[in-house]
Amino acid sequence: MKVLVSVKRVVDYNVRIQVKSDGSGVVTDGVKHSMNPFDEIAMEEAVRLREKGVVTEIVAVTIGGQKSEETLRTALAFGADRAVHVKEEGDIQPLTAAKALAAVFKKEEGKLFLLGKQAIDDDASQTGQMVAALLDCPQATFASKVEVEGETAKVTREIDSGLETLDIDLPAVVTVDLRLNEPRYLKLPDIMKAKKKPIDAMSFADLGITPGAGLKVTKTSPPPSRSKGVMVKTVDELVEALKSKGLV
Amino acid sequence: MSKILIVGEHAEGKLNAGVGKVVAAAQGIGGDIDIVLFGDSLGEVASQAAALDGVAKVCTVERAENAKPMAAILAPQIVEIAKAGYSHVLFPGGTFGKDLAPRVSALLDVQQVSDIMAVHSASSFDRPTYAGNAIVTVEVPAEPMIVATVRLASFTAVGTGGAAAVEAKSVDASLPSHTRYVGLEAQRSDRPDLQSAPKVVSGGRALGSSENFEIIFKLADKMGAGVGASRAAVDSGYVPNDMQVGQTGKIIAPSLYVACGISGAIQHLAGIKDAGTIVAINKDEDAPIFEVADFGLVGDLFQIVPELTEKL
Ligand SMILES: Cc1cc2nc3c(=O)[nH]c(=O)nc-3n(C[C@H](O)[C@H](O)[C@H](O)COP(=O)(O)OP(=O)(O)OC[C@H]3O[C@@H](n4cnc5c(N)ncnc54)[C@H](O)[C@@H]3O)c2cc1C
Repeated sequence: MKVLVSVKRVVDYNVRIQVKSDGSGVVTDGVKHSMNPFDEIAMEEAVRLREKGVVTEIVAVTIGGQKSEETLRTALAFGADRAVHVKEEGDIQPLTAAKALAAVFKKEEGKLFLLGKQAIDDDASQTGQMVAALLDCPQATFASKVEVEGETAKVTREIDSGLETLDIDLPAVVTVDLRLNEPRYLKLPDIMKAKKKPIDAMSFADLGITPGAGLKVTKTSPPPSRSKGVMVKTVDELVEALKSKGLV
Repeated sequence: MSKILIVGEHAEGKLNAGVGKVVAAAQGIGGDIDIVLFGDSLGEVASQAAALDGVAKVCTVERAENAKPMAAILAPQIVEIAKAGYSHVLFPGGTFGKDLAPRVSALLDVQQVSDIMAVHSASSFDRPTYAGNAIVTVEVPAEPMIVATVRLASFTAVGTGGAAAVEAKSVDASLPSHTRYVGLEAQRSDRPDLQSAPKVVSGGRALGSSENFEIIFKLADKMGAGVGASRAAVDSGYVPNDMQVGQTGKIIAPSLYVACGISGAIQHLAGIKDAGTIVAINKDEDAPIFEVADFGLVGDLFQIVPELTEKL
């Protein structure tokens, strides 16, 4: 069974985001980037499914400029067999990304598409669901457990009211949540081996995609800052403070 | 003029409190506001939706397949209804809307707006990115339609003095059988719902075990508060996942938030930026949570929390 995993290069989750003073965006130059944490979990899950003998081939896919190749190499070090690089610069919106990913999935005749539940840069949480819609196949989002049995999968989803389980036919799209697994620590030999694995480059044009009009960001601003509060010394002081504000 | 369709979330005969907040966001856009509900027996929920102020019409689509909300099954039906002249399709921004809205967007071939937190006009909105560390203003093409989810913590629900007409609808869409509902392991509690509670007490990794977490529950019960947790507390198995507050958990806006033994990572803060008053209890005086707290108390929570419970 062939699994596709999409991986996105994003600003590292530990970076303190700085909004540019002219409101034109956030500072990304010279800032540490890494693979979207949820995509690492998707990669890890693919590798575990292969270790269980369910999966035979893992193909990592990214959409982005030259630098995204680093992210693909990380995916290859995790254990992807091959990678596909849809080489496109600039801001790529979820529906456009989904169209490219769906096209790659079709071309590869994949059985399962694993994606992170959201990218920690735009926080949109859209792409996986859109890929599923475009492929007209099942979707199971926010997965915390994935069990593949033959031509179906049982997926447990983390939703607001608890843990929901769906039974879906393959091919299917699954987006993963933080709790699904803990990604392994990459070992140097695997990182070296990844350098030799093949990456196919293609463009939107090769996939027959024309990005349409999308959302236009007209301004980026920092969130309203909270003013620094007061430190109290004792529980009594805290109780007094809360009482005086009418909160307790 | 805008014609807005809101997809109503509900469970067990109760309309989700978030729907009233989506109506508030829709009023910011302006125009006719309709709510559509999917289910297999919608009488109760329809009357709750009809009571929301500012709603013109409630449409119900009753069908056995709609008994549980599954995106693959609801999306084609929503598309059918939306195509009858709606300019906007809005969803509440919880997991229900996050799961469903993008599927609808893709079927309609439009880019979606996630987590509207402010409305500037019928086609311009603010939304958070980078865990709420940057707010972007977006201008969205109005044609053919705008699909969006609404960040619930940013809006106050409308009142319930309305009396909208309720209309049963049948939708002619073929539905897939590739997705089957197995079950829900719901976390039942008598405590106020985390997302709508005016007060929330949360615990972090510092609690150390689910037994120790009891002191958080006790404090919450004394205050009549909902209970939340950091990701670390959830990952360590002290409490269930649906209690997680933050970028990838629940975004909440209580008037009082009490963080006990939580460091204040940006991913956690993303969930509480709109809280009225934040109280932090932490033994590390340099914990980042103190940078956003209105009241900070440095000390061991195993002493402070029980003492606070007692003194309130
Ligand atoms: C992609 C991604 C998404 C994430 N999403 C979320 C999210 O939605 N929500 C979330 O919460 N986290 C999220 N995280 C995790 C986040 O980065 C932090 O790891 C997490 O919030 C830390 O939880 P904590 O503060 O409970 O634990 P810690 O960081 O371990 O902090 C524990 C705190 O307790 C204090 N303490 C210890 N003992 C005591 C005591 N006896 N009395 C008083 N204080 C004490 C310590 O001083 C410390 O400040 C995410 C991470 C990633 C990578």
